[in-house]
Amino acid sequence: MHSFSKKMFVVVSLFLLGGLLVACGGTQEAAAPEVVEVTRVVEAEPEVVEVTRIVEGESVVEQVEVTREVEVVVPADSEVTTIEYWQYFFDPRVDAMNRLIQQFEAENPDVRVIHNSDVPYADYRDKIAASAPAGVGPDVATLFYGWVPAWVDAGYLIPLPQDEFPPEMIAEQFSPMVQNSQFEGEYWALPTAVRTLALFWNKDLFAEAGLDPESPPTNLDELAEMAQALTQYDDAGNIVVEGFPVGVPGQAHHWFREVLVRQFGGQPYSDDNRTVMYNSPEGCEAFKYMLAFETEYNTGSNDLFEDATQAFLQGKSALHIDGSFRVGTIAKSAPDLNYGVVELPIGNDVQSTFGSYWTHGITRKAAEDPAVLDASIRFLKFITTPEAGTTWVNKVGELPAQLEAAANEDLLADPILGPFAAGLPYAHATFFVDESAQRQFIVDAYDSVRLAGADPCEALDEAAALEQELLDEFWANHN
Amino acid sequence: MTVLEQDREITEVKAASSSGGFLESQKRQDKLLKLLAYFLLILGGLTMVIPFIWMISTSLKPASEIYQGNFFPNAATLNNYRTVLLETPFLRWYLNSFIVATISTVSVVFFDSLIGFVFAKYHFPLKNVMFLLILSTLMIPTEMLLIPWFIMSVNPPVGPAWVNSYWGIAFPGIITAAGAFLMRQFMTGVPDELLDAGRIDGVSEFGLFWRIAMPLTLPAMSALAIFNFLGNWNAYIWPLIVTSDKAMMTLPVGLSFFSNENGADWHLIMTGATLSVVPLMIVFIIFQRQIIRGIALTGVKG
Amino acid sequence: MSRLTIRQRQVVWAYIFLLVPMTFFILIRIIPTLSAFNISLHDWNPLAAEQTFVGLENYRQLWEDLLNPRSVTHKAFVNTFKYVLIGMPIQLVTALAIALLLNEITRMSTLFRAIFFIPFVTSTVAIAWVWRWLYQPQYGFFNVMLSFFGLPQQPFLKSPNQALYSITAVVVWQGLGFAIIIFLAGLKQVPETFYEAAKIDGANRWQSFWRITLPLLNTTLVYLAVLQTISFLRMFDYVINMTTQGDGGPLASTTTVTLRVYREAFSSFDMGYASALTVALFGIILVITIVQLKFLSRDY
Repeated sequence: MHSFSKKMFVVVSLFLLGGLLVACGGTQEAAAPEVVEVTRVVEAEPEVVEVTRIVEGESVVEQVEVTREVEVVVPADSEVTTIEYWQYFFDPRVDAMNRLIQQFEAENPDVRVIHNSDVPYADYRDKIAASAPAGVGPDVATLFYGWVPAWVDAGYLIPLPQDEFPPEMIAEQFSPMVQNSQFEGEYWALPTAVRTLALFWNKDLFAEAGLDPESPPTNLDELAEMAQALTQYDDAGNIVVEGFPVGVPGQAHHWFREVLVRQFGGQPYSDDNRTVMYNSPEGCEAFKYMLAFETEYNTGSNDLFEDATQAFLQGKSALHIDGSFRVGTIAKSAPDLNYGVVELPIGNDVQSTFGSYWTHGITRKAAEDPAVLDASIRFLKFITTPEAGTTWVNKVGELPAQLEAAANEDLLADPILGPFAAGLPYAHATFFVDESAQRQFIVDAYDSVRLAGADPCEALDEAAALEQELLDEFWANHN
Repeated sequence: MTVLEQDREITEVKAASSSGGFLESQKRQDKLLKLLAYFLLILGGLTMVIPFIWMISTSLKPASEIYQGNFFPNAATLNNYRTVLLETPFLRWYLNSFIVATISTVSVVFFDSLIGFVFAKYHFPLKNVMFLLILSTLMIPTEMLLIPWFIMSVNPPVGPAWVNSYWGIAFPGIITAAGAFLMRQFMTGVPDELLDAGRIDGVSEFGLFWRIAMPLTLPAMSALAIFNFLGNWNAYIWPLIVTSDKAMMTLPVGLSFFSNENGADWHLIMTGATLSVVPLMIVFIIFQRQIIRGIALTGVKG
Repeated sequence: MSRLTIRQRQVVWAYIFLLVPMTFFILIRIIPTLSAFNISLHDWNPLAAEQTFVGLENYRQLWEDLLNPRSVTHKAFVNTFKYVLIGMPIQLVTALAIALLLNEITRMSTLFRAIFFIPFVTSTVAIAWVWRWLYQPQYGFFNVMLSFFGLPQQPFLKSPNQALYSITAVVVWQGLGFAIIIFLAGLKQVPETFYEAAKIDGANRWQSFWRITLPLLNTTLVYLAVLQTISFLRMFDYVINMTTQGDGGPLASTTTVTLRVYREAFSSFDMGYASALTVALFGIILVITIVQLKFLSRDY
């Protein structure tokens, strides 16, 4: 018994020590803002000021972004309406939204916005699903544009009031792909920013392969040739550097549907979005083109280096198709990567890209209280202005949804963001009824060819049949 | 399997050897067998340990060494630990996991023992119905209970909302059917004479449980406590659903922040894994004897 | 109270003691379960304000999917049974073999026991991630070793033919220590005199294992078999953490019933169908538990 209590003592003190460390951490965090001394204050946008801090006995000069303090008359508690905004956790998005909320609250002292972003990306929908039946959750929520039909069907979103958000205004001022938020004759959501796909290339690996680091592939043939030239193998024939891994579960399934199928002369879906058409002979050619990188040319695989995205971030792949949002990731996780971005390769003179966006909708919950609804409308208006789009592009790397801000010359001239912005006029956004299921069909078709030796056209037929079933089920409930 | 085959081989060798020196061959055989046993155990032991060494070694690698295939880091660094400990509320998640696991373990040990005691030592109407009712809850996959639980946490029967609180994370597990079943098995072994003697001495019914039955089943309770602590330490989905504030999240939920839209940062994930696994190992090594004895008991009785 | 007989007093106390636990079980387990049954009779979308009653439609759909070998639900059930039928016997045989070995040796047996048990006391999520990294197609430990010995590298989790076995191996690995301890406890119960008697009768080790050890370990075996079967039936954490984006792939080769429940409920928002799946799983576990009770109550 004696030795038992001695051991117990050791364990308890270990954990107490842990607790102590937490307490210390907490104090440091809390103390940080206090040592910040603002040296000068100018109005408008947040600015960078130099601040001297004492860190562990040494004085350190840091550049800190400080937002102008705004004197506001704080109304009595009863007049303040609190609304809740939800999005998933992604550093740059959280920062950008915090900035917008700060500005919004300064202009609207009678509204307080609770910003909930402590949700891991993969679990965002779980949290929404759990909150809805409990009658809590967001008043304004971010959602992938492809979820709009499903959320509308469930009655979770309310249509945007037409007097506040005139459809003509949206059609005129927003990027064409925002049309996809229109469903059953109403707009249900509006984005701050949109994204397109483009081709990333690693300049160092181009140089290593003896290619001109400033001439990325511009058409599909060049893409295939360069991908092979860029792939490096070891003695055993294992890939050491990938020329071009096709990340189907990532963005490449979009590339197939909206870009390759069109470039090979097909059409992914009928114009009314009710019929799957990518399993046409043209579509199958496009599918074979995509498959060849892994099955014929052996230029890489999504299975290596965790996935295609990670491979590019690690400097292990030379070419990568991804969205503009990845620019922010690279800046954070791989700041030394020497890379460039170019518009997606042209195929048979057809230029296309996939456009997508995270959009913001007003929920049923907000509509229950007129004051909350009013505040939510004002908030949604605020975060979808061209100015908000500009704030967003700088923080997140996504393009402003408002054409006015997206057509900005500086943006188009930007070597990294320019190619994405250039894609906006010809971008296509797929009409999804169940985005994750529809992605899975393409992923499974691709996998069944490369892993199980299925016939490409048959695999595609299978995917199309399953997807058609899903679409039929969805449209059966709509006229 | 291998040992059995080897066993057979050795027996055949034995059978082949002449009857002369039966004892000697028996001894030699024993020695051989022992050697073989050590060899196989060392092999098995390595299989158990290597993943952990790989985990720790990866956590010490700089990001640039992840995809190089070297077992040990060329330039070992503690930077990953700095990143995980300073840039995320990791220690806070730690504390949360510890608090939640402790709350529920204390409660489980008390209530499960009490249930076990009542079902082992009392006779009352509806006893079997009630026991079956409790046991039936064992078979329900918890995934299905998430939504009802969440609705309850938002509109709780008592007090303010349970979301984002330790109680909210802990409440579905404060009493367990498996533990109650286990404790009933052990409580059956408490002699009735002892309880009757206690009653004659004027000990209250609760006193019988608290002062006589509980001390006698202490080893079983420690096993229950260990299982329960581990279970709570590992819990993922429910803590994820019921917390929305990063400061209230538990370790497994926190770990999931390391893999996101950008794929996985292996060096950071392995660092997080090391930090979450090593303390449990230390506790286990300290209490090894007690833990193993307790768990062995559950097998004999269960 | 004083007017009650001793027996009545005890009944009252039993109810008092059970007040809190029974309230808990009814409120936290039974009622939510009944609501899950109720949900399975609806086209139940968590985001919707009202849910449509559809009768047994979800069960009809489930039945149709079960009969269709191409459906993911069918694959999920097949995989789940594979996990049980492959994982459980391997786990038991390996654990028994190691327990027998540990019984043979005298030195360092405590150390070995501890080493085998360590994975059991670690976090499942962390373990799943560690193994995912060990299995990495090129720079994971196993493939580094394979190339070192000049053997071809293997895709492991990335192959529809290897993924299920790769995941099973991890479950066996993590749960081994627990089964070993239980077996060791069981082996201790076998009286030494039995073996001595067998030896005198001329039985070799192999014979005494089959005729003495195994029959006497029967209860332990059944106990472990049932425990492992149920935990394999409810397999979830490993699969969601070890497959790409937690999808149970490649080609649905690793997905399980519980993972389907989770995906249907929270990704496709089809709670009704998810509940029907749960009810089916509940039925399977119920049958196994009844069989368990029958076996355990028998004497050997």
